[in-house]
Amino acid sequence: MTETRLETQALSRNFGALAAVSGIDFKLDAGARHALIGPNGAGKTTFINLLTGVLPPTHGRILLAGRDITDKAQAERVKLGIARTFQINRLFRGLSVLENVCIAVAERVGAAGSMFYPAGRRSDVIQESMHLLETLKLADIARQRVSELPYGRQRLVELAITIGLKPAVLLLDEPAAGVPSAESHIILDAIERLPEEIAVLIIEHDMDVVFRFAKRVTVMVSGAIFAEGTPREIEANPEVRAVYLGQAGQGAGHA
Amino acid sequence: MTVGTSAAETAPVTGPIDHPAARVLLQRHYVRWWETLPWIAAIIFYFAYPDYLGFGSELLITILFALSLDLALGYAGIITLGHAAFFGTGAYTVGMLSFYGIWTEPITSLLLAALVAAIVGLLSGLVLLRTRGLTLLMLTICTMALLQEGANMARAYTGGFDGLPSLTIDPVFGRFEFNPLFANTQYLFSLAVLLVCFVFVRTLVYSPFGQSLTGIRENLLRMHAVGSPVRRRLIVCYTISAALAGIAGGLWAQTNAFVNLSAFDLDRSAAVLIILILGGYGRLYGAFVGAVAYLALEHFLARFYPTAWQLGLGLLLVFIALFARNGILGLGEVLWRRYASRRAAS
Repeated sequence: MTETRLETQALSRNFGALAAVSGIDFKLDAGARHALIGPNGAGKTTFINLLTGVLPPTHGRILLAGRDITDKAQAERVKLGIARTFQINRLFRGLSVLENVCIAVAERVGAAGSMFYPAGRRSDVIQESMHLLETLKLADIARQRVSELPYGRQRLVELAITIGLKPAVLLLDEPAAGVPSAESHIILDAIERLPEEIAVLIIEHDMDVVFRFAKRVTVMVSGAIFAEGTPREIEANPEVRAVYLGQAGQGAGHA
Repeated sequence: MTVGTSAAETAPVTGPIDHPAARVLLQRHYVRWWETLPWIAAIIFYFAYPDYLGFGSELLITILFALSLDLALGYAGIITLGHAAFFGTGAYTVGMLSFYGIWTEPITSLLLAALVAAIVGLLSGLVLLRTRGLTLLMLTICTMALLQEGANMARAYTGGFDGLPSLTIDPVFGRFEFNPLFANTQYLFSLAVLLVCFVFVRTLVYSPFGQSLTGIRENLLRMHAVGSPVRRRLIVCYTISAALAGIAGGLWAQTNAFVNLSAFDLDRSAAVLIILILGGYGRLYGAFVGAVAYLALEHFLARFYPTAWQLGLGLLLVFIALFARNGILGLGEVLWRRYASRRAAS
């Protein structure tokens, strides 16, 4: 019934002798809320970089809705519907919040290559961007420069930009990382309100976030899939507890 | 987007267009009253200082050259110290066409200069825009040095070190002659060319394309991640910028009636970079303010300290770097905002 949006087959990436990601078979269904966890250095971000085309894989294939996109460049994959947020904010810091989103929306609707009419005449782009900011409760700061915002708000702008791309698959690389706990609920609320049909893959260290958000969890260790299941199963899995939850659980307790 | 839809697509879009932030973007390209000032000043200059029209033409050409650099550096963030490559290409195109009696009509000559410079910009851009930062900077200088040395060695065609003297340029529209003693035609022709190029650049930077260039300058990696064909955009921008620099070079050849290797000088690239830093880059009028400030400074300081006038320029640059990162225009903006908020408070 649920169709597979994104699939990897034996996906691997080596850095010299180090197999950062090795032989990953992974499926992300439409409407998935999937978490990817694992200790530092397990290859989670490398995996995301392979999915988005930042890095080429050493072996294996990536399929988007059944179509092989292994050789597609990063920008092409975005056009096909894969968007991501970054672990560290990558924003247009000198521009206003609204402009940040507008740039993404203009790119999506194919306006961004036009040279001979003012951007201000694309009121559809501005309107849609403003509307998106309203749904994320960012409208009141739409005029502010991103560099002037507190970090939590900046994370939200990062999210707004990717939502503006209307992705079919959304990859969130530690969306709440670095956000003070008093503010992190803003991010989580926004993630929970994401349109249902988007397939979401989230990398997260904070176990509270993972268990609140995810319907399925994949555990990565040393570049390979170590376990996969519902949050309950993963929590109850003694081996996972041994390699991961034990050590990270303490960290999360303090956060 | 081929797969999937989202809620934002189906939701009705209502009213947010009235938000102040949206209005800023909707109205950004509107022509403001003060934008007429430089042009009024240029016309006043024409009538007020008929003896300085040669200097005036040089100023206008420098503005055009700085404007071309602003498009690449100020908007797209392409760091270059080799922009004289295109200035020189344009100058030699006009110069050789005229010297060998192939083509002497001034307007079409400039178009040819733009075309040749654009080709050089495209070909070099294809290679060097694969790099960033210091590597890019060095490669732009290399391109310029190669062209300069090429012009030096191809003595049979370019006149080598001596350049090509006494170029004949047809009268503009067959009526207005380029007179070496009275630079009226040179000045007005340069002003007209600058105006046309300025309108073009202004249209470009306020277009969606210009907005995406700003995005590339602000965050290259993010632009990749929103699906922007970054390299293609940069190459297009660099090519257009090269064409404009070529027009500036062509004008320079026409108004001076000669070309020589100084068209390709590193000094020329550096000067125009300093002009943008002085005036403020990425803001169109920085080229105007910076060029006026630079040439005025050169003029006055050189009169009082003929041997060490660049010391004054250096001190000014230190001041700009420390206290006014966005140049004279940026400083003006800060002061104006402070004044406006104080007036609003009282």
